[in-house]
Amino acid sequence: MADGMGIPARQPAVPRLRRSRGRDPLGLRRALSDRLLPALVAAMALLAALALAGSRGAAELTARWEGGAAAAMTVQLPANAGAARLARGLAALEAMPEVTRAQPMDQARMAALLRPWLGEAPAMALPVVIELQLAGLPVAPEALARRIAAAVPGASVESHGVWVARLVALARSLQAVALAALALVAGIAAAVVAVAVRAGIAARREAIAILHDLGATDADIAGRFAQRAGWLVAAGAAAGTLLAVPVLAGFADLAAPLLGGQPAESMLDWPWTSLPWEALAPLPLLAAGLGWLTAQVTVRRWLRRLP
Amino acid sequence: MVRFEHVGLRYGTPAGSGQPGQGKPSLAPEVLRDLSFTLPQGSFHWLLGPSGAGKSSLLALMHLALRPSRGEVEILGHRLAGARRAALPALRRRIGVVYQDFRLLPHLSVFDNVALPMRVAGRPEAQLRADAAEMLRWAGLERKLTALPATLSGGEQQRVAIARAVVMRPALLVADEPTGNLDGPQARRVLALLQEMHRLGTTVVVATHAETLVAEHPGPALWLAEGRLVRHG
Repeated sequence: MADGMGIPARQPAVPRLRRSRGRDPLGLRRALSDRLLPALVAAMALLAALALAGSRGAAELTARWEGGAAAAMTVQLPANAGAARLARGLAALEAMPEVTRAQPMDQARMAALLRPWLGEAPAMALPVVIELQLAGLPVAPEALARRIAAAVPGASVESHGVWVARLVALARSLQAVALAALALVAGIAAAVVAVAVRAGIAARREAIAILHDLGATDADIAGRFAQRAGWLVAAGAAAGTLLAVPVLAGFADLAAPLLGGQPAESMLDWPWTSLPWEALAPLPLLAAGLGWLTAQVTVRRWLRRLP
Repeated sequence: MVRFEHVGLRYGTPAGSGQPGQGKPSLAPEVLRDLSFTLPQGSFHWLLGPSGAGKSSLLALMHLALRPSRGEVEILGHRLAGARRAALPALRRRIGVVYQDFRLLPHLSVFDNVALPMRVAGRPEAQLRADAAEMLRWAGLERKLTALPATLSGGEQQRVAIARAVVMRPALLVADEPTGNLDGPQARRVLALLQEMHRLGTTVVVATHAETLVAEHPGPALWLAEGRLVRHG
């Protein structure tokens, strides 16, 4: 620039400036406050983490119940049923498509199971019990029980799977509700970011117009808002997720007996490692992406009114 | 080069639209009517006329803050009719603008205000520091690098605004009443800076009411009255 402008010859030594705000020409550090938006997002992230973990927990319970008790049934034949009748029954059961395995329960094992209630009663005639392993959770367990009873005359079917199926349906409903809550939280978080960005635009309308007149592109202006919003949302989401961790560990400890475990004696023994870390860890990143995208869309839409 | 051909400009949406019983909606009146002129590259022009004549609107068309309602505008070889919106930022970077009310960013230092166009253009930080400091020396503000605009006098703020407008060596420089808020000596100093840019080959257009300033620096002018170009020469 020096040549021909009557400007003194270029002096390479530029006076040392204070910490420059030049990289934030829109003043977004003040226009998009680092307090309110992260606090609101933290609350949203806490709810999202709870919903996410709830969904995962419900899915785990569903899988466990589906693959365990619900997929097993027992068929009782009278104590006087002979070997031939047992063989016919087994053949009829194994021929059913829902049954993967039909096996008579060992009399000694049954006696051992009943001993706590009946004591030593060697003279008592015990029924013949066939354990069934089903291919999966029956859609209509009562109808299956009726078909088994028809296929094996005189047999009675223990259909505890009905209750398990209802529990599984309940768990699936909870899972769906949790996912819906997660989507709702994401929507509210996006709305919060949009409102904050609009307030920032209103506060920096003049600065935006100046940048626009200087030749800044929409991508440049929107990018500045999006970067700021993304950082704030990431910080808030990280805080909210961290807050959720001990809550989730406490819930996991309470649920331990349902999954065959034991409740811990102290917080240190809570099942920290069993938390769905693979789902929780990306939450701040996903939230930041949502905030970035929301800010981009909000600012670009506003900028369209400029020539 | 700046070329206007049968250019008209009206603001806002058609007046009276959407009201039942009024028949065909009437349009808002044109603030600029049928302007046709050409400013050669490297020329200096005054833009004169009474308040409300349309001077600011004409300058806004020149620096792409507005687009014409009709007619053809060509700025630095680019025809604006049909130009994509995405193509305009690059053209705006070749145009410097000086406003009567300075329009400096109050939260940025003098240095950062002047460096802003270079940062917008993606100039490397190491390079722009020297250029911005040099430009501020040219404007006589080398001692004010870290000052905030609010701490400067009106004349100093206007010189910062000019330094910001010319730091990218624009091909076109438009100034809207750049001396309107300044006293005589400050106004002459500002004008000297604008004329120096003209000597370097920049096309300069200065809108003003200051007749004494025009008399001291006679030159070609565009006269506007009620949105029409009444004299050019």
